[in-house]
Amino acid sequence: MNYDIVVVGGGPAGLAAAIESRKNGAESILVIERDRELGGILQQCIHNGFGLVVFKEELTGPEYAERFIDELSRENIDYKLDTMVLEINKDKQILAMNTVDGLVNIQAKAIVLSMGCRERTRGSIAIPGYRPAGVFNAGTAQRYLNMEGYMVGKRVVILGSGDIGLIMARRMTLEGAKVLVVAELMPFSGGLTRNIVQCLDDYDIPLKLSHAVTDIKGRDRVEGVVIQKIDENFKPIPGTEIEYECDTLLLSVGLIPENELSKGAGIEMDSKTSGPVVFESMETSIEGIFACGNVVHVHDIVDFVTEESRHAGKAAAKFVLEVKADNNKIIETEALSGIGYIVPQKVRINSVDDKLSLFMRVRSVYHDAKLSVKADGKEIYSVKKMHLAPGEMERIDIKKELIGENVGKLTVEVI
Amino acid sequence: MKETLKEKEMICIVCPIGCHINVIESNESEDGYEVEGNKCPRGKIYGIKEITSPTRVVSTTVSIENAFLKRLPVKTDNPVPKELIFECMKVINEVVVKAPVKVGDIIIENILDTGVNIVATRSMNEIK
Ligand SMILES: Cc1cc2nc3c(=O)[nH]c(=O)nc-3n(C[C@H](O)[C@H](O)[C@H](O)COP(=O)(O)OP(=O)(O)OC[C@H]3O[C@@H](n4cnc5c(N)ncnc54)[C@H](O)[C@@H]3O)c2cc1C
Ligand code: SF4
Repeated sequence: MNYDIVVVGGGPAGLAAAIESRKNGAESILVIERDRELGGILQQCIHNGFGLVVFKEELTGPEYAERFIDELSRENIDYKLDTMVLEINKDKQILAMNTVDGLVNIQAKAIVLSMGCRERTRGSIAIPGYRPAGVFNAGTAQRYLNMEGYMVGKRVVILGSGDIGLIMARRMTLEGAKVLVVAELMPFSGGLTRNIVQCLDDYDIPLKLSHAVTDIKGRDRVEGVVIQKIDENFKPIPGTEIEYECDTLLLSVGLIPENELSKGAGIEMDSKTSGPVVFESMETSIEGIFACGNVVHVHDIVDFVTEESRHAGKAAAKFVLEVKADNNKIIETEALSGIGYIVPQKVRINSVDDKLSLFMRVRSVYHDAKLSVKADGKEIYSVKKMHLAPGEMERIDIKKELIGENVGKLTVEVI
Repeated sequence: MKETLKEKEMICIVCPIGCHINVIESNESEDGYEVEGNKCPRGKIYGIKEITSPTRVVSTTVSIENAFLKRLPVKTDNPVPKELIFECMKVINEVVVKAPVKVGDIIIENILDTGVNIVATRSMNEIK
């Protein structure tokens, strides 16, 4: 089987990339999705808050997804459901499998990686005790509840104040469960501030920062959870234990980009983002393989995923139409004080259209601060910020002419 | 004597940007309040409303038959008063719909006489 562009993953990233590459002249495009339908994680995110940037209105996850799925069919783009991509290689060959076709080999001219991310599991955080039933990843519980109609428990403790944990605290409460507490390891929440207001404050659910789960009671089913205050070295402080009687513990301890395929193909990875190193066009270290969405870095706002993915889709179309990126001048981006990471990691300045978008996350909470962008040590742009938090991705757009051609390094720092 | 005016710091929750806004009672402004820190006009409307009569959009699911999923996601097509959220949930949880459903279809009209409808937030085909 041959295609110009194969998109791996049919979430919002893959959908936007496929549609945009069609609009930019790519003829044969295939989207491969392992789930039974398109839309990715959005199909279980039934709350509203999506689309304000892209559609200028507030949509729920499924509504946002449906608009792109409809557009995909209007553009007559091929897709395969229930199909898992097992392997890709640097020659852009794809090995996929489903129950109808069995194993299939596909040769693409360009590939867009948009596999999203998955939740960290209990194994990756150390909680002692038995492994009783009643411990769930928050996203798994969300899928059960919102799609299958299965409620995972009645008295709930949530570990982790990332968005999924916060959204699930409200969701379980609305469905009649008692959410006793949300405990967060860090001294600040990892979720969007608006979610703390409308998911916890609205329902008087306490948020305990700098707290860890130190014990899970119960052998067959969770019977209780002990949380404890931790010091600045993340060591539990004796005497601060609080025990909650509950039947369920939800874990919302972070997401990791799903990059087994990328690593298998030998794509250069960034240890800070756990995603591939990308250029300004979202091209990875392998020419003709692009990546976008949560597989590159974890996004909290789907609108940014869509924008980034359109960008990747357009670049993939250009690639198959043989408009090659100009590799002459490569600028590296570097995260300095206060910044956790920057995407893209590399910029081919001659291939930037009119502006360069930099996405980043700060390392801790700042008030009345400034984000300063420097080219080889000289400030070329800065923006004041009333509030910066690790849970909220920042985006800076810089006009191409501000950067100049003979720059070696672009840095961003919090001042 | 100068009367003391109300002032409240809050976070605008209209969109995920989450501006930190300050709502200040003011005799000069025509709507009675000045709002600072909002990046767009919706933040001003929100700030004033949050002080006077807070409302929320409710999103949840209803039971669906003849579809490939057991639940159909729905939402209120406009915000409802905060204190009516749980009563809305009771009404919504009584409903069972049958596929096919189109996104935007009204599932419950004028819930609790609020003038707000419960609408489907995705389409689902009928399976045979
Ligand atoms: C609980 C929660 C709440 C959120 N709330 C908001 C919000 O209020 N507002 C907002 O704007 N954003 C929100 N987001 C963020 C937004 O939903 C995500 O950033 C977005 O869905 C990421 O899109 P994606 O396409 O990169 O990944 P995904 O949606 O995860 O899609 C990836 C797809 O790839 C498929 N796939 C993976 N590997 C393979 C393979 N090997 N073969 C075939 N297919 C594969 C997966 O099945 C999946 O369908 C929220 C996210 C979560 C989890
Ligand atoms: S003020 Fe505007 S931009 Fe800021 S959070 Fe509210 S709606 Fe969003």
